Amino acid sequence: MKANSEMRADLVLGSRFENIEVAERALIDLCQRAGCAEDEEYWLVTALREAVANAVRHGNQQDPRRVVRIAFTISNSTVTIRVEDEGAGFDPAQIPDPTDPENLLRPSGRGIFYMRQFMSSVEFGSTSAGGTAVVMVKDLVSNGNDRPEA
Amino acid sequence: MKSSIRDVGDIRIIELGGKITIGTGDVKIRELISQALEDNKKNILFDLGDVTAIDSSGIGEMVACYTTVTKRGGQLKLMHLSPKINDILQVTQLITVFDVFDDEREALGSY
Repeated sequence: MKANSEMRADLVLGSRFENIEVAERALIDLCQRAGCAEDEEYWLVTALREAVANAVRHGNQQDPRRVVRIAFTISNSTVTIRVEDEGAGFDPAQIPDPTDPENLLRPSGRGIFYMRQFMSSVEFGSTSAGGTAVVMVKDLVSNGNDRPEA
Repeated sequence: MKSSIRDVGDIRIIELGGKITIGTGDVKIRELISQALEDNKKNILFDLGDVTAIDSSGIGEMVACYTTVTKRGGQLKLMHLSPKINDILQVTQLITVFDVFDDEREALGSY
């Protein structure tokens, strides 16, 4: 990827789990064109899947009339993924720590934890309509200034 | 997600492949555990050697299966974790919950 260049893609998907695969394929295509390392692509996809699954299940309650909006931006050294739902919003601070011994055997509650583990930063906010917007950024070691231009 | 089962003595080995993810893989492993318990196989070994991805729903379902099997007096163990699946179990600290093996003979001998 040339210095100072940027790739962007936007998706609007119906609230179905099958559409997570669509989002994944779009991200993989961008990552490959940007020259992301295999490991970086894997963990980006992992975090994306969690964000979209949360938007479909918790945000949009799997309501097919509601959509999930995804915006990818890959710059020279970072990947930014924004996922918006049309739900009622939520407070991420209320999600208990899934690694707390008393929560280890809970069958749910690890999605946001996954995202925070595999991305450089994860921020939650609200859309203008009151839904949740999560913005995840990953700093690319493979595509940063430490790698010579092709 | 792909799966196949084989029994070695009273131990059911469930070989999984592909993605254990929301909406498909998670439901499938629940069904496989239910089937094993219906077949009176309470000692279960998940072979994750061909699993390429596992999301939080897949991990959550594995934890639910662990709890279900344990309550029935059985044991659910894991083998052949790829480096990435191992990373996920490490960061979620579920590596402290599951017995994990690289070698099938060793795994079978642990029950």
